[in-house]
Amino acid sequence: MALTTVQLDDLRTHALAQMTPGRSGLAMRIVVGYATCGIAAGAKAVIESLRKELAVLGIDDVAVEETGCIGMCQYEPLVEVFAPDQPKITYVQMNAEKTARMVHSHVANGKVVAEYTIGAATGEAAQGEVLPLDSTAFYKKQQRVALRNCGVIDPERIEQYIARDGYQALKKALTELQPADVIQILKDSGLRGRGGGGFPTGLKWSFTAANAADQKYVVCNADEGDPGAFMDRSVLEGDPHAVVEAMTICGYATGASEGYVYVRAEYPIAVKHLETAIEQATALGLLGDDIFGSGFGFRLHIRLGAGAFVCGEETALMTSIEGKRGEPRPRPPYPAVKGLFGKPTTENNVETFANIPQIILHGARNFAATGTEKSKGTKVFALGGKITNTGLVEIPMGTTLREIIEDIGGGIPGGKKFKAAQTGGPSGGCIPESMIDTPIDYDNLTAIGSMMGSGGLIVMDEDNCMVDIARFFLDFTVDESCGKCSPCRIGTKRMMEILDKITAGKAVMEDLDKLEELAYHIKENSLCGLGQSAPNPVLATLRAFRDEYVAHVRDKRCPAGVCKALLNYYVIADKCRGCTACARACPVGAIRGKVKEVHDIDTDKCIKCGACMATCRFGAIEKR
Amino acid sequence: MLKKVSKLPFQGTECQAQAFADVIAQYKSDPSQLMTVMQKAQQIYGYLPFEVQAMIADGMDVPLEKVYGVSTFYAQFALSPAGKHSISVCLGTACYVKGAQAILDRITELLGIGPGECTEDGLFSLDACRCIGACGLAPVMMIGEKVYGNLVPEQVEGILAAYRDQ
Repeated sequence: MALTTVQLDDLRTHALAQMTPGRSGLAMRIVVGYATCGIAAGAKAVIESLRKELAVLGIDDVAVEETGCIGMCQYEPLVEVFAPDQPKITYVQMNAEKTARMVHSHVANGKVVAEYTIGAATGEAAQGEVLPLDSTAFYKKQQRVALRNCGVIDPERIEQYIARDGYQALKKALTELQPADVIQILKDSGLRGRGGGGFPTGLKWSFTAANAADQKYVVCNADEGDPGAFMDRSVLEGDPHAVVEAMTICGYATGASEGYVYVRAEYPIAVKHLETAIEQATALGLLGDDIFGSGFGFRLHIRLGAGAFVCGEETALMTSIEGKRGEPRPRPPYPAVKGLFGKPTTENNVETFANIPQIILHGARNFAATGTEKSKGTKVFALGGKITNTGLVEIPMGTTLREIIEDIGGGIPGGKKFKAAQTGGPSGGCIPESMIDTPIDYDNLTAIGSMMGSGGLIVMDEDNCMVDIARFFLDFTVDESCGKCSPCRIGTKRMMEILDKITAGKAVMEDLDKLEELAYHIKENSLCGLGQSAPNPVLATLRAFRDEYVAHVRDKRCPAGVCKALLNYYVIADKCRGCTACARACPVGAIRGKVKEVHDIDTDKCIKCGACMATCRFGAIEKR
Repeated sequence: MLKKVSKLPFQGTECQAQAFADVIAQYKSDPSQLMTVMQKAQQIYGYLPFEVQAMIADGMDVPLEKVYGVSTFYAQFALSPAGKHSISVCLGTACYVKGAQAILDRITELLGIGPGECTEDGLFSLDACRCIGACGLAPVMMIGEKVYGNLVPEQVEGILAAYRDQ
């Protein structure tokens, strides 16, 4: 049955009542964060306990639902309680016992268990007080557009998406707007590609629209390969219909009747939710032929990736959808001319699509009101590494890195000192402390030698060695280079060998110049984005942390104490009993000391065999 | 990336052969579904030995060389069987900066195998993977489908022991 526009609106009214406590006989609505992080932290036991306790108490007017990522990963499992005329209550780090107590106190007797709520966990609320989630430091500076439904709706129920104005943008596009109008709205909004490149989305769509062909395609890039990034996973898990709706709008605007979503196979829940979303949308006629009686038809297919980072590059991704080795193709011809199966194709990433229904619905001006001059709207970041609040954050463009790290992220744990933030993953760079007040947008990040990237933001403290981090990313690109062009295939390997020499303490100062020269050659001569950006982590760390490289090369020392080959053995004076066992075990006579006196290791003589450490019965030898 | 190829003889069951035939029947008309077929074949057999790759080539009517090319290009396709419990330590950025290497080293020390290897008794296989998207719980590892988060090296022995006793 194909839904009419009137039926869609009726469904919205009805579904909204169904999920609003106090209406439709619903006393309360309890949602549990049930995305990958939540499940890993034990959300299943929580939901089982909820159902069990409600049954024990004979309560049947409380809805228990699963939702997507609420955003505060380290406080999972999260449970939120919605009651009529009350702000929602957010319980954190729940387990079966806590849940049982919460049900008996809060649900049955209306008494909130303050000590389990978010304010108590972060220490922001006074004892016994309850702080709403949106008033916490973590949420206060966020603005949710792409993530507006994540952690709010049950992603496996289309009616909840519809209740939150879902498919209204599609209705508006198909019934009120011409394809060219849709593209103009996007152009006016200033939306740029959220996958990292930052290409204006409206312009991209207009290229495909301008090419006449018997068949065109829309492709969604959900091959989120950047390690440390999980924005796309969260959107697909928590709000899959937003992507389905946006891709359909894209099909209408560009003249495509088929779409493909290319998802990492490592994201089983995202795949499952997307499959469900496509089935439900098809059943309601929101996908298929003649949507809303407009004559426009659109079909959506899912293809699974198989673990190749290069497939995040648009031409490689299309080759992979065709069932081949995912190697990139030279451009031009661009995908707008010759893309998937040789036909004009529009490709955007998940987060870009997730913004589009809101832009169509509320207009370009509304969207462009947020952000900086050249970067409009918001950006989702996956905040991780050495930071107190890890999780998913969506901030207006123009927010500074300091605000993200210190205010939203709660700073560095353990009183350690901030060293750098890494954005853009293996293609990006490091932002040192001196640049931390730069407002984040596409152009600023590029100007300071990093890049927006897809949104991974990893914080590093003084215990992280920047040479080791550069080596880590290069190891990744060497592994993931597809091998098609030689600058990337051979060049990254040679860079890796130089970095190995540096971390092993065997490099000379000229190696640093060689490393830099090689990096620029690879950037200039590689075929695709992977190779062109592979040297970025090395170049960025060389620029901002050259002294650390020099310490490794000239002083044979790793200031952060990470590079094993550069560590030295030392005697801990407090623990040494002067038994001379180590001195006798040392094959090169590097240990000095008399009986019953504290010994000492001559690091110049020491060959780092570890015999002393193995011999010492008092744990008095350390490596640092 | 060079893949380890198993020297164990391949043995398939009647039941697996039937499931495989169903997959071929469903997808053979569309050559762009080659990777889907290979993914499903790996679900059925656990890995893709040459014998299975040859069956896929026959079934999809593409050269074996093309199947082999795809199977060696993508990290997900395994040419050797996995252990009864497959351990996957995340070496994504967030996990790495929070000490995932020490977790991996501890497992190697305890089991005597490196990434890409399987213990002689076939009980454990070890892999280092690139981000499972649970960065908020870093460092993490997966054993089978179960995710272990916020790990420290001292926990590893106890976790592995629980699987040994099963």
